[in-house]
Amino acid sequence: MFPFDYLRPQSAAEAVAAHDGGERRYLAGGQSLLAALKLRLAQPSALIDVARLPELTGTRVEDGRLVVGAAVPHAGMAALPHIPALALLSGSIGDLQVRNMGTLGGALANADPASDHAAGVLGLGAEIRTDRRTIAADDFFLGMFETALEPGELIVAVGYPLPRRAGYAKVRNPASGYPVAGVFVAETDSGIRVAVTGAAACPFRLTEFEMALEGDFSPAALEGLGVPPDALNRDLHASAEYRAALIPVLARRALGLGGGS
Amino acid sequence: MRVAFTLNGKPVEAKVEPRTLLATLLREGFGLTGTHVGCDTGQCGACTVHLDGRAVKSCLVLAAQADGRSVLTIEGVADGEVLHPLQAAFRDRHALQCGFCTPGMVMSGLDLVARLDSPDEAAIRHGLDGNLCRCTGYRPIVEAIAHCIREKG
Ligand SMILES: Cc1cc2nc3c(=O)[nH]c(=O)nc-3n(C[C@H](O)[C@H](O)[C@H](O)COP(=O)(O)OP(=O)(O)OC[C@H]3O[C@@H](n4cnc5c(N)ncnc54)[C@H](O)[C@@H]3O)c2cc1C
Ligand code: FES
Ligand code: FES
Repeated sequence: MFPFDYLRPQSAAEAVAAHDGGERRYLAGGQSLLAALKLRLAQPSALIDVARLPELTGTRVEDGRLVVGAAVPHAGMAALPHIPALALLSGSIGDLQVRNMGTLGGALANADPASDHAAGVLGLGAEIRTDRRTIAADDFFLGMFETALEPGELIVAVGYPLPRRAGYAKVRNPASGYPVAGVFVAETDSGIRVAVTGAAACPFRLTEFEMALEGDFSPAALEGLGVPPDALNRDLHASAEYRAALIPVLARRALGLGGGS
Repeated sequence: MRVAFTLNGKPVEAKVEPRTLLATLLREGFGLTGTHVGCDTGQCGACTVHLDGRAVKSCLVLAAQADGRSVLTIEGVADGEVLHPLQAAFRDRHALQCGFCTPGMVMSGLDLVARLDSPDEAAIRHGLDGNLCRCTGYRPIVEAIAHCIREKG
């Protein structure tokens, strides 16, 4: 790692003020950032530790939403009873140690194309609350490792609408644990949502699947539906065709509403 | 910069660079070489210690992140010469061969013993996803942890 300064402000406002919008970076669990720094993929002048900021910790239910602080670790979310599919998703990330350190906000800001949390946020139609505004999940993910966050913008919390029912299913890469593809399905008060992660540059919704499920929220409703492989990722883990074949299977499994792997 | 935290029950202080890893501080600063560094990339789990009671990979944590918190390493697990029940269970079941992975396995195992209510094999294996062992084939490790979960109930 190149040398950097380390700052630990006491409040979210102080953290945002400490960010120069340039060479400084927020540090949450460090499970993605420290790995990148070791590879010298980034050279921040300072890390601003946000993991203990009071505004970013804790969870609560408010106006039909589960609000989770950005610094809540995956392991903490795995223990939340409100949305079982989200708990299962969180408990399936990486491994025990990564879940103990890695946070919701870090995962979203990092926007790994295979992020599990991306599927939950997009599948539930959550809102991402920052120090300066609220961003809808549909507007948040822009591309590979690219989000709508402005330089220095701090994720404070995520508000998940409480769904009537929801499910998540993925196929894990056995070595890395990251999903080769993952599908989150939810029926919420504002409609049905189907979101895919791991298969393209960033998570995306399957509107055709959503429409098919409007009348009949069951695996049978997806009969005959597929996804063209053209826009999907091909890498050493899987071909685009394999990912295209997985997605309908995972959508059907997610409709079983468990957390199938 | 200075960091101060509780290490194996005792308050400690150290002068570190902001980029110093917790694993480096434990091994080179405090001479606690029971915390092993296998991969240095967050894959193998040999460097697992507890931070505020939870298993973490100390090669993916800055010493600065431990400031003001509590760290437990494998050196702090036994009570003097008396092995912790999980360590004894590892010994009794031959859950180690070369021993390189063992400190990390024990630290993850302690987290699982505290967390799991029943000795479900699938849950234990899922919990050990972040710890690699090249020798034992895992079965005796899983059995040692299952034994301790049964004993605590
Ligand atoms: C071995 C291993 C396996 C993994 N497996 C999986 C997996 O299966 N699935 C999966 O989804 N992920 C996986 N991960 C990634 C893991 O979930 C990370 O914890 C997560 O991506 C980043 O969270 P963090 O808190 O560690 O963030 P950090 O690494 O601290 O930060 C990541 C980025 O987010 C920024 N940031 C952090 N917090 C905020 C905030 N509040 N506001 C704005 N920006 C912020 C940082 O500046 C940085 O750019 C794995 C990681 C490892 C090491
Ligand atoms: S040395 Fe830390 S995970 Fe391998
Ligand atoms: S005992 Fe040798 S690596 Fe596990």
